[in-house]
Amino acid sequence: MTQRYTLTAISLHWLMAVLLFGIFPLGIYMHDLPLSPAKLQLYSYHKWIGVTVFMLVLLRLLWRATHKPPPLPFGMPRWQEWASGAVHALLYLLMLVVPVSGWLMSSAKGFKTVWFGIVALPDLVAKDKALGEWLGEVHEVLSFTLALLIVLHVAAALKHHFLERDDVLRRMLPWGDFK
Amino acid sequence: MNGLRCLLVAGLLCAVTPVSALEFNQVQTDESRLAFAYEQMSVPMDGRFSKFKAQLAFDPARLAKASARIEVDVASIDTGSTEADAEVVGKAWFDAKRFPSVSFVSSAIRALGGNRYEASGKLSIKGKTRDVVTPVTFQPSGNKGIFEGSFTIRRLDYAIGEGIWADVSAVADEVKIKFRIVVYAAPAKK
Repeated sequence: MTQRYTLTAISLHWLMAVLLFGIFPLGIYMHDLPLSPAKLQLYSYHKWIGVTVFMLVLLRLLWRATHKPPPLPFGMPRWQEWASGAVHALLYLLMLVVPVSGWLMSSAKGFKTVWFGIVALPDLVAKDKALGEWLGEVHEVLSFTLALLIVLHVAAALKHHFLERDDVLRRMLPWGDFK
Repeated sequence: MNGLRCLLVAGLLCAVTPVSALEFNQVQTDESRLAFAYEQMSVPMDGRFSKFKAQLAFDPARLAKASARIEVDVASIDTGSTEADAEVVGKAWFDAKRFPSVSFVSSAIRALGGNRYEASGKLSIKGKTRDVVTPVTFQPSGNKGIFEGSFTIRRLDYAIGEGIWADVSAVADEVKIKFRIVVYAAPAKK
């Protein structure tokens, strides 16, 4: 009697998971590379994925606002309900803020963001070296915070599945029956 | 009365004649600008050279005698990012140690009508010389004149970016050179 998320919500969730698991190590790896065409390419891919994540999060929020997620299991402690809500809110917030901080950093460093080499995003801040470096640190700190929250998110899902043996993880799994 | 008028006319002529023979030849580098534009992974980038010397002689009435020689200090490059500034003076790019300057020497300038001209000349970068042609506008006001124009070169014609950097999908081959040269006039030497 598992009450599942909608197929759309599940698809968006796992697509986002794949993108985030790709973009985070990519960001760390490319940062320390010596300048080369490969580095320029990797930066572009990182930026393209980042803009994609941002767009998908907007889509997810829209979906979430119009589709009620399945309820949490009965008898869950109040603090866990609260923690779950807080972590999810923070995940959404950071999935929006991290790409935006990267985009602003890029502008401040004098590099436009051109999504897939086609759609040029406007520069919301002018080129400014100090601002660029500051935004770079903001982007880094927020990215690591997001990564930490994802670890927490995954750990909680596994705890529900293997220790509490409830359906919290199962209702988001891409396989199973859709009603 | 008549004599006075004659003198007046003569005086006016004297005052007017040198003006038409004004030769613009005092380049003001701090008012001038030498910039370039290129694409990196389809992202438009702007750069410039902050140090250059220019010798120029231009009298719109005597185009055949016009000449320009511009010498650019390669190390003064600003590519738009500090990481790239350090990279492009290296061997694969400008090899600034062996080739510290880029030069343009005009060979001819012809009028295209109005304030538009076309200058041709030789552009030498990294030991390679190519013919280039560029449209130029000339905007005189009093004893100040402004040349403006832009033309496109292919960086690989000059081996700017060798080895891995010859990949034009990362850094485009076409580089647009944009110039604005401010020059003041001094009376032409006879």
